[in-house]
Amino acid sequence: MPTITMPELQFGEVFANIDLLLEACGLTLALWAVALAAGLSGGLLVGLARISPRRWIAWPARGYVELFRNTPVLVQLIWFYYALPVLSGIQLPAFAAAALALSLNASAYCAEIYRGGIQSVAAGQWEAGRALGMGRLRLLRRIILPLAVRRMVPAFTNRAVELAKNTSVASIITVHELMYTARLFSSQNYIPMETFTVVAMIYFLLIYPFTLASYALERRFAAGRA
Amino acid sequence: MTVAGDVVLQVEDLHKSFGSTEVLKGIDLSVRRGERIAILGSSGSGKSTLLRCLNVLEMPTRGRLILDGEAVGKPAAGGGTRYREAELNRLRARVGMVFQQFNLFPHMTALENVMEGPLSVLGRSRAEARRTAQRHLERVGLGGKAEAHPARLSGGQQQRVAIARALAMDPEVLLFDEPTSSLDPELVGEVLGVINDLSEDGRTMLLVTHELGFAYHFATRILFLHEGRILEDGPPEQVLKSPREERTRRFLDRFTAFRF
Amino acid sequence: MGYVWDFFAVARNADILLAGLGQTLLLSVCGIAVGVAIGGVLAAMRLSGRRTLSWPALAFTEFYRNTPPLVHFFWFFYGLPMAFGLTLPPFAAALAALGVQSAAFFAEVFRGGILSVETGQWEAGRALGMGRARLMRRIILPQAARRMAAPFVERSFELVKTTTLAAALAFHETIYSAMVIVTQTYRPLEVYTVVAGLFFIVLFSASQVAEWLEARGRRAGAR
Repeated sequence: MPTITMPELQFGEVFANIDLLLEACGLTLALWAVALAAGLSGGLLVGLARISPRRWIAWPARGYVELFRNTPVLVQLIWFYYALPVLSGIQLPAFAAAALALSLNASAYCAEIYRGGIQSVAAGQWEAGRALGMGRLRLLRRIILPLAVRRMVPAFTNRAVELAKNTSVASIITVHELMYTARLFSSQNYIPMETFTVVAMIYFLLIYPFTLASYALERRFAAGRA
Repeated sequence: MTVAGDVVLQVEDLHKSFGSTEVLKGIDLSVRRGERIAILGSSGSGKSTLLRCLNVLEMPTRGRLILDGEAVGKPAAGGGTRYREAELNRLRARVGMVFQQFNLFPHMTALENVMEGPLSVLGRSRAEARRTAQRHLERVGLGGKAEAHPARLSGGQQQRVAIARALAMDPEVLLFDEPTSSLDPELVGEVLGVINDLSEDGRTMLLVTHELGFAYHFATRILFLHEGRILEDGPPEQVLKSPREERTRRFLDRFTAFRF
Repeated sequence: MGYVWDFFAVARNADILLAGLGQTLLLSVCGIAVGVAIGGVLAAMRLSGRRTLSWPALAFTEFYRNTPPLVHFFWFFYGLPMAFGLTLPPFAAALAALGVQSAAFFAEVFRGGILSVETGQWEAGRALGMGRARLMRRIILPQAARRMAAPFVERSFELVKTTTLAAALAFHETIYSAMVIVTQTYRPLEVYTVVAGLFFIVLFSASQVAEWLEARGRRAGAR
């Protein structure tokens, strides 16, 4: 029977070293920004490939999307950090491996958002464009995407939130971002409860503005439609 | 013992506001057993709100509601009325409602829709609920559609099932909230026909409608609402053919502009 | 490069990997059960119409939806027990973290499904004199359940993927087992490729089944 002691929390210790944690946020943010930018641009290409009428373009794109959506992000990170070097002969630094894996992961999810958004544009818009004699690409660029992007923005914001949470997994392959630093700090000072509580709060403060923005965008979209 | 002719439903100084807009500005009304009342008025006059206050789907802001001599709700501090959930449920079981949008339960067949009230509110046995439900469906001409889900029925058929659902509770007062307003024109007739056939039961009915011709033949009494007040109250002959108020006349003219 | 693949190294240790996969599925099922139970309570609190109940539930769901799961794994494994001078087995800590966090997501699934039922359905039930509980059980929930199905499945899949983080607590699920095999065979490429393949097969086939069931449900719903 273990004796239960009431906790004496030492949040002061954590706040005394808060600069350590805040500095580590830099790498978290960098990882987030890189993967988000790559996901938004790469996702567009994959999304367009997904809806291509040519099977030899559409099917590999679908395979890529399904592969990344149906495997855990931790497996992806581990694969790019530990397995890929065996194949390529080049050991990627942890940050590069994490950035690569998260970028490919984000691209797969963003591709589905692009695809859904484009397909949600009413058939009448395609017909109207074609009636004007527009080619497929021009039609996409001038008519369909501008219409679709507005509907996609809340979904992208949502994806950005999921991605931010995923960056913490990079700590497992030793990227020295916020989560890694927190584990190190907590094991050196024996105050895991306080450390992880504060770290959870830091993540919340980083991420929640995006969630609030997605609420606002969804409301605006709903109001615009009515 | 209930007798035709005595007051079944009474409303005193009824007010209803939504936010800062007052929709009902003091309604006094007493409904006698067996009366068929058509409520007319332009949109925004408060006629649907009045109907929805009668079974307290909308909480009145002020005023009293008396069903069969019993006041509904307890007076609360500040002049309002407090309604208890259980009391409201008992009231609603006795005051039936047919909606503009039918509001049939899409996950149930026509028969199950009609059985639901007797089964889960009145506590009837399944066999008995089924028997009466089938009878009511036949009454509205849909005995053969008992096993169909609402999605498989036309708007007119859905509304007839909704009428059967309300009838199955054997309500003392039956309310119709624009029952034909969301129907295609060619389906309006079948629903009005069913409502007209109910006249022979001697049931008390209140009907909000834009069908003036139907109101004329069906109703024993017509109310004309304007800006939250009752402007006219009398037999159809008088209200529709020689209205007292200029407002009423203008309203009626709009409906008869394209007579042929 | 001329790298010689050797999947036999994985095959020899298939029992370890499959045992890990079994633990992954066990943790997933338990996590979903706990998440659904707590999520149901949270959704009921948010829909109660009472601020004393709905605000704490809102704060809870927003916090757990907007923080990384890995933090909660560590919080439950190292933080909470150490503060009370206890130790928690990795499975229990992982289950607590998964359950609490997925509850926040499941609560939103339940709430969204219930709110998506048209007000006319509530009114029709009330007009028959049905009480709140009966109306919920007989009219609202059967309709809401159909609409909850797809997001519920999606959330459950996210949960299965999240269970892998328990590897960081040295819980012997799939990835941890894979790491064990790698230290014995020095074959990370084969082992991790197989692990990715395993997850893909499980999740992709499950999602195909779910899609098929959903399509069948939609057809049944449109009878």
